[in-house]
Amino acid sequence: MFEALGGRLEDALSKIRAKARLSEADVEVALREIRTALLEADVNLLVVRSIVDRIREAAVGAMASRSLTPGQQVVKAVNDELTKVLGGESFRLTYASRPPTIILMAGLQGSGKTTASAKLARYFKSQGRSPLLVGADLQRPAAVEQLRTLASQIQVPMFSEWTSPIEVAKGGVAEARRIGRDVVIVDTAGRLTIDADLMEEISATSKEISPNYTFLVIDAMMGQDSVTTAKAFNEALEVDAIILSKLDGDARGGAALSVKEVVGKPIAFASDGEKLDNFGPFYPDRMASRILGMGDVLTLIEQAERTMDEDVAERGAKKLMEGKFDLDDFLEQLRQVKKMGSLKGMLSMLPGVPKELRNVEIDEGELGKIEAMISSMTKKERSDPASIDSSRRARIARGSGTTPANVSALLKQFKEMQKMMRSMGIGPASATKRKAKARPQKKGRKNRR
Amino acid sequence: MSISVVVVVIVAVLIFGGVGVFLVRPKRGSKLQLGVSSEADVVTGSSERVATTEAERSFDVVEHRRGFEGSLPKSRSLLGAALARMRSKRALGEELWIELEEALILSDVGIDVSVELVGSVKEKVFREGITSTEAAIQLLREEMITKLDRGDRELNTDATPPVVILFVGVNGVGKTTSIGKLAAQLSSQGKKVVVAAGDTFRAAAAEQLEMWAQRSMVEVVKGSPGADPASVVFDAISHAAAVGADCVLADTAGRLQNRQNLMDELRKIRRVAEKASGTVSEVLLVLDATTGQNGLAQAQGFGDAAQVTGIVLTKLDGTAKGGVAFAIEDKLEIPIKFVGLGEGIEDLAPFDPVAFVNEITGDVS
Ligand SMILES: Nc1nc2c(ncn2[C@@H]2O[C@H](COP(=O)(O)OP(=O)(O)OP(=O)(O)O)[C@@H](O)[C@H]2O)c(=O)[nH]1
Ligand SMILES: Nc1nc2c(ncn2[C@@H]2O[C@H](COP(=O)(O)OP(=O)(O)OP(=O)(O)O)[C@@H](O)[C@H]2O)c(=O)[nH]1
Ligand SMILES: [Mg+2]
Ligand SMILES: [Mg+2]
Repeated sequence: MFEALGGRLEDALSKIRAKARLSEADVEVALREIRTALLEADVNLLVVRSIVDRIREAAVGAMASRSLTPGQQVVKAVNDELTKVLGGESFRLTYASRPPTIILMAGLQGSGKTTASAKLARYFKSQGRSPLLVGADLQRPAAVEQLRTLASQIQVPMFSEWTSPIEVAKGGVAEARRIGRDVVIVDTAGRLTIDADLMEEISATSKEISPNYTFLVIDAMMGQDSVTTAKAFNEALEVDAIILSKLDGDARGGAALSVKEVVGKPIAFASDGEKLDNFGPFYPDRMASRILGMGDVLTLIEQAERTMDEDVAERGAKKLMEGKFDLDDFLEQLRQVKKMGSLKGMLSMLPGVPKELRNVEIDEGELGKIEAMISSMTKKERSDPASIDSSRRARIARGSGTTPANVSALLKQFKEMQKMMRSMGIGPASATKRKAKARPQKKGRKNRR
Repeated sequence: MSISVVVVVIVAVLIFGGVGVFLVRPKRGSKLQLGVSSEADVVTGSSERVATTEAERSFDVVEHRRGFEGSLPKSRSLLGAALARMRSKRALGEELWIELEEALILSDVGIDVSVELVGSVKEKVFREGITSTEAAIQLLREEMITKLDRGDRELNTDATPPVVILFVGVNGVGKTTSIGKLAAQLSSQGKKVVVAAGDTFRAAAAEQLEMWAQRSMVEVVKGSPGADPASVVFDAISHAAAVGADCVLADTAGRLQNRQNLMDELRKIRRVAEKASGTVSEVLLVLDATTGQNGLAQAQGFGDAAQVTGIVLTKLDGTAKGGVAFAIEDKLEIPIKFVGLGEGIEDLAPFDPVAFVNEITGDVS
């Protein structure tokens, strides 16, 4: 049911891939799939229309090009167009010549404003600034308390009082001047764009404190309504930039494209986790391939960097290359990879994974069983599975709550895996080529850390 | 970390641990080719995509002529406007199907379900020789309402007390707020309610629930920040049993369904709650109406981990229509039980299929 978009697009493109030249009809076939892919990624229908039109022009123009295959032409046209929409002018924050630099946060309920406020404060602090967080959400239960807790986690002062949102915002700016803080971040209550009173309130707040920057926080899981929302906030407030939240999820994030197209302001930051350091710059090219579901290796790498131990991964890869990967190594790697998220999610991010594989239902519970079985083996058994006879098998099964048949299947499977890895070119047979490639990278990495 | 290291390690684990289980057995002879290059190298696969329906095919042709023109719908009833335009037309043309499909898509129903719905209406229209636009739209409505016709929308509280209702969902959707509202409703019905602050992770989550508990005048059981959420829920159920409460509404921290460890935590919460001296009668997935197609993945992910029994569709007071909930009910058969219609204590109502469908299809009489 949740067929990867990439799969759909790949299908469409594979049909025209073999052709020497693209006819206009071919382009239309591909465009129809692209339209579907974008809609499934939650790009707003109206935005999809305009984007598809532009891609058509680009694709038709590129048909003359002889340097690319037809499939590549279309892929390139799509990717270029999306990257262009998502990217454009990048966001540059200039600090106010007369401090404090004032930042106003806005967005729907639960979009991630309070979290993003604290993340921004942390970011400014790391830039050598001295931020002040201002809690102007007096509406949601414990909103101020939430901001206070986050502020203390990053050791940033926080200001709020039980007056009114406008008074708090004003008071916050005054407080910053008084205690010498040079960036003020005003967190506000979530509001619906059709709530006239609350939209009026935030626009009055904005007039009162004249923020240097207004950030609109948008949830990456958002659907078609992103356009209505972004447009209304932009009209009430003149948004300067967008913060995209919850990018650590598996939503395609088409809302990013819609919002960017409608507001025309840069997406300044990406928030990809609940922890306050899960925050960073936004990469248009990565987002483009994510929306298209083309396999986002970069995201994968980022996730890996966050959760995996580099040395352990390195060791595993090396052993694989040398054909010395045993069950002990597998257990170690399994535990790491599990931390990264669901296997199915990861599978969808790997490049060039055949469709049959993408649609495989992975029983994650099976992994737990495997883990239990290997855990019940001795170190020696793990490095030399051949030594596992029937009595050992029975013991392992007992220890892991499985059956001896399960253990046999596991051992057989492990052998199969070794074969399979070899057939894929991972292993001693192709070690020379890969090693030669891997070495210079290794050096670079050492330098970086 | 280098790309090749990461990819190689993951591929190894995938093949052995997960995919291998599937692949190795049935496809012994077939040669597997898994690209491990660093570029998004598209692998050609055989096409399985079924032929597009006629409606879909003609859809694009018309669409391309229109363009974006910077004009965006601001009305809540997008379809209403489209329909008003159409009513002036005489015959049922291709344009009607396109407009209907677009309206559904704009409500986040999703392309597959939209195409399906319009396809079946179209077929009926031709079969029954219907010629008026109104009748066709009415058919669409009926089709949708029929799909939403099910008898299990009532909150299930018929079990040995204390009856436990677990609230689950991704971050910021409205779990805590919905608990506050439901607690008030249940206690106004004379039920004795205990709420469990099972979100021990997010800053001030327990305080937030505590404030809701005060508003709805129910008791709250909470742990210290960072405490094991399953134990907090267990303690709350035990406490509820001890004081003779009827219901326990258990909050959980927001979590994304692609985070395996957090979904495992949720599994554990449910498992432990089952062991306590009450009955877990409902696991409600809270879904934000602004959510797009990821809602399906949410329902599937949480369904797998916690056996979701119903949906609370929040924030329907906004401009979003929550159409993905329709797709979820249709495809995954999880009933929508409640809707959230605001931030106030009374803004929780039983789900009304007719009102929901009317919002999506506009208010044509
Ligand atoms: N996974 C994930 N969760 C996030 C991210 N950003 C925020 N959250 C979570 O989303 C939920 C809502 O975040 P808040 O910062 O409270 O959102 P808000 O916009 O301030 O909400 P209101 O003030 O109620 O309108 C919390 O559980 C956050 O921890 C993110 O990038 N990834
Ligand atoms: N307009 C509107 N806002 C709602 C509704 N339900 C919840 N909210 C708001 O949405 C925001 C998030 O609600 P919470 O109850 O904190 O959501 P949650 O799922 O508990 O969030 P986390 O615990 O952080 O994952 C708050 O600002 C709520 O007031 C609703 O039906 N309508
Ligand atoms: Mg907030
Ligand atoms: Mg909560």
